[in-house]
This record gives sequence, C-alpha cells and structure tokens, in this order.
Amino acid sequence: MKGFLAVYLRELLILRNRFFRVLLSFSVNPFLYILAFGLGLGKGLTVQGVSYLEFLIPGLMSATSMLQAFAINVELNVARFYLKIYEEFKASPVNSFALALGEILFGVTRAFISILIILLIALLARIKMNLNLEFFLFLFLNAFFFASLGLTSAMLIKTHGDQTLITNFIITPMMFLGGTFFPLENAPTLIRPLLEILPLTLVSKNVRAIALYGTYQITDLVLLFFLALAGFLLSLYSLKKETLE
Amino acid sequence: MTFLSQALALQIKNLHKSYRSIHALRGINLEIKRGELLALLGPNGAGKTTTIRIISGLTDPDAGEIFFFGHNFKEKKGKFKRLLGLVPQQINLDLELTVMENLIIHGLLFDMNYQEIKAKAEELLHLAELSDRKKAKVKELSGGMRRRLLIVRALLHSPKLLLLDEPTVGLDPHIRRKMWHFIKQIQEKGTSILLTTHYMEEAEYLANRVAFIFNGKILKVGEPSTLVKQIGEYALDVYQNEKVKSFYFQNRQSMEEKILELTKAGFSLAVRRVTLEDVFLKLLEEN
Repeated sequence: MKGFLAVYLRELLILRNRFFRVLLSFSVNPFLYILAFGLGLGKGLTVQGVSYLEFLIPGLMSATSMLQAFAINVELNVARFYLKIYEEFKASPVNSFALALGEILFGVTRAFISILIILLIALLARIKMNLNLEFFLFLFLNAFFFASLGLTSAMLIKTHGDQTLITNFIITPMMFLGGTFFPLENAPTLIRPLLEILPLTLVSKNVRAIALYGTYQITDLVLLFFLALAGFLLSLYSLKKETLE
Repeated sequence: MTFLSQALALQIKNLHKSYRSIHALRGINLEIKRGELLALLGPNGAGKTTTIRIISGLTDPDAGEIFFFGHNFKEKKGKFKRLLGLVPQQINLDLELTVMENLIIHGLLFDMNYQEIKAKAEELLHLAELSDRKKAKVKELSGGMRRRLLIVRALLHSPKLLLLDEPTVGLDPHIRRKMWHFIKQIQEKGTSILLTTHYMEEAEYLANRVAFIFNGKILKVGEPSTLVKQIGEYALDVYQNEKVKSFYFQNRQSMEEKILELTKAGFSLAVRRVTLEDVFLKLLEEN
C-alpha cells in the first residue's frame, strides 16, 4: 500500500508544481476542437437529432481522457531514460503491482482533470448532458485501459523515438476514427466493422448515449472492464520484465 | 532477523556478466565483513558499476551467487532489498521536488510511516549538514549537496549494507573531503559499506580493505597498509625521455644506494612514499 502511495504521491507532487501549466496545456486541445469542429465546421449542423456540439462533447471527453491517460508514457520515459528514477524504484522492495497501480491511477487522474475541463467548457456553452455513475465509470475504465497501455509501451520501448511511433500509429488514428468527431454509420462500409471494435469507439458511443439519451449497453461496460483488466495485466508483465521481479 | 548475526554482510561467489560480446565480470568473488568498508578500486570499465548493479538487484547476473548475512539474495529479493541502501553514480533525485519530498517518497517505497521518515530524515540531514535545505528544491542544490542527499536517501530506511557507486565523482577536492568525513561517520555507526571508486587516495583514507578490479576480475584484496607494505615503503621515480619508471624499496638504505647509482648515471629522480596507486600499477604489470 505504501509503495503504491509513494508512486502516486510522487506523480501528484510533480503535477502540483506544474499545475497551472498543466491546466493550460490540457485545455488547449479540447478548446481548439470545440472551436474548429463544434462552433466552426459544425455550426448549424444536426447529427443524430442533436446539434453537432452536443454530439461532439461526449466524444471529445472520451478521446481526451484516452490521450491524457496514455500520455503518462512521456513522463515515464523521462523518468526511466533521463532521470533514472526507475532505478530507485527497482532498488526498492516495492512490487510491480503497487508500481503499476500508482502510475495507472495517476494516468486516470490526468484523464479526469481533462474531463473536468471539457465539462466546464460544456457548462459555459450551455450544453445539457445526463451525468450519472455509468457515464464516469465508462470514462474511468477508458482512462485505466489507456494508462495501462501507456505504461506498457513506456516499459517496452528502447528509445524516445519508438514512443512517438506508437502514438502516431495507434493513438492518433483512434482519436479520429473512434467515434469522436463523426457517427460511425457515416464511415465507409468496408472499414466500419474495424472501427466498431476500437476500444475508443466502445467508450465514445456509450458515453454519448448516456449523455444524450441516458442509455448504454451493459455488455460494452463488461467488455471494457475486461479490456482494462487485460491492459493492467499487460502493464504488470512489462513492469516485471523491466524491474527483474 | 536472526540472519543478521552472520559475520559476513555480503558474500559474492563467482559472479559472471556479459553484455553481448563484452565480458563485464569474469568470476568475481568478494566478501564484506559486518561493519567493514570495502573499496572496490579500478579504472573506468573495470566492472565496478556492474557489480554494484547486480548486488542491488538492478541487473541479473549470468552466473554466480550473492549472499546477504549468509542468505541467498535470489530467494527473497524484496526482503533483502530492505537491507540495502544504494547510492548510484548518476544523481537520480527528483529535481522538481524538495529535499524532504524526495525523502518521503523513498521512505514510503521502503514501507516506512510518515513519523518514522520525518524523524530519520531530520537526523540524517543534520549529519549531512543539509538541515537548512530540507524545503529547498533539489534543482537548487549544489552538486556536493545533491551527492550528500543521495547518501541521506539511501540511509533513510536504515540499511545494513550501503552501496556507494563512485560517490565523489566530479566533486571539488574540498567537497570530496567533506564527503569522506560524512562516509566515515556512517561507517562508525556500524553500517557495512561497499564503495567503488577510481580515486586511490579515497580508498586509502576510507577503506578497511580494498579490492582491485580490472577487466572484470578481482586482482587482489587486502588492507591498504598491508598491500602497500608488500611492495615497499619508498618509491623512487626515475624520469627518462618523458617516461617514468618506479622502483620500490622496503627501507631507506637500499633506496639511497640506488639513488647514488642513478644520480651518477645522470637520471632525474623523485622520492616519495608508496601508495595504493603503486600497488595497482604493479598489479596491472603483473597481469
């Protein structure tokens, strides 16, 4: 328990020192997307019976939480390759479970900061949404899954450059094709089945359904839970490999 | 823990490690007695850091065994890590965090509670003359202060064996002296220490015993004074054509005869006491 606390607290203390810079950087992307797609391109547009902005906001929450959770890999790379902080963790008796949980929950924390920023923007834009426990549960599991992937990739890669490749080839396409900006019914028939099974699609369609209509698929929630669990196990394996446990 | 009653704090048997085609360690055998400071002396690339990394569990050996207080390290790595304090060569403190925050994180990693951490940190920071810097961010500290903080951090959980990997590298001579004094104080409190260094005078000042390592092999182990006496008390350096050759003598009389002979032949000479550096150079010649 104390090992987990050490890892999580370390990340929180670093975040505290950069809090305003972090808030600002977390706000820029969603703000730009809302401005460009929601208010610019989508002005006067109706999608699935609602305004495009109402359609966009829940998808943006899902995508941004994915990005911010996965982005723990950048700090982890710096800690591992440059600051050698992971040597300190490796030389301590803290186990991989505590280490993984600490880092992943910090990823979730980052994700929820970005979610709160978008919620605030939505509030200012007078967008009405149904917010219930399941809404946040989907976002939590989404962040947990992608933070696990961020941790795994940070432990398995050999250089900073490899990390950029993973982001460019997996995360960025998912952001644009995972149901964030357009309904998947509009996607070409040939690639639609592929897009339907993306983890982000699973989250964005349910988060949107809850926000707009108060409904969701319980099977998707269960599936997401198992995805998050698999992601956690994967990160645990990569950490055990790295820490020689 | 009953096993702490063992006379040997650390025992390394036949340690091997290769990185692709490079044989970093070729069958290292070492022992550190309880309360002893053993200096592992050798040039860069000799295998000092690899040895430290294996002992601290950062790297797996290809072969060989490590025993802490008579017990095999491999069996309960987590448990034995609590007995070790590691001071790495590279400063791996969180620069953005304060001195105290760095220590709190370390204490939690080693399962200490906040009160314990606070009390121990105050004590050690006082010993390291860093009490007035506990609220300062690490990036505001000088190089010497950061090195001392690394040692404070490694000692926080009261390890029985402290591993110091070149703790004074890159420091000014007067700061290095201050570090030596700090390390001596730690040893006097009963902590066993393995120190790697390539500064011979550091080993001579601090170590109960030294082990010379070169090319992944231990060449010789012994007390500094005994090793020095084995080759002589006086050294005579003879300069010729920008080369230096040293002769060693057990007593002044035999050296004076040689001085006379070489002076007549027109050589430039310098007389001095034999040091560990002479022992090391002689060992290299022999090997």
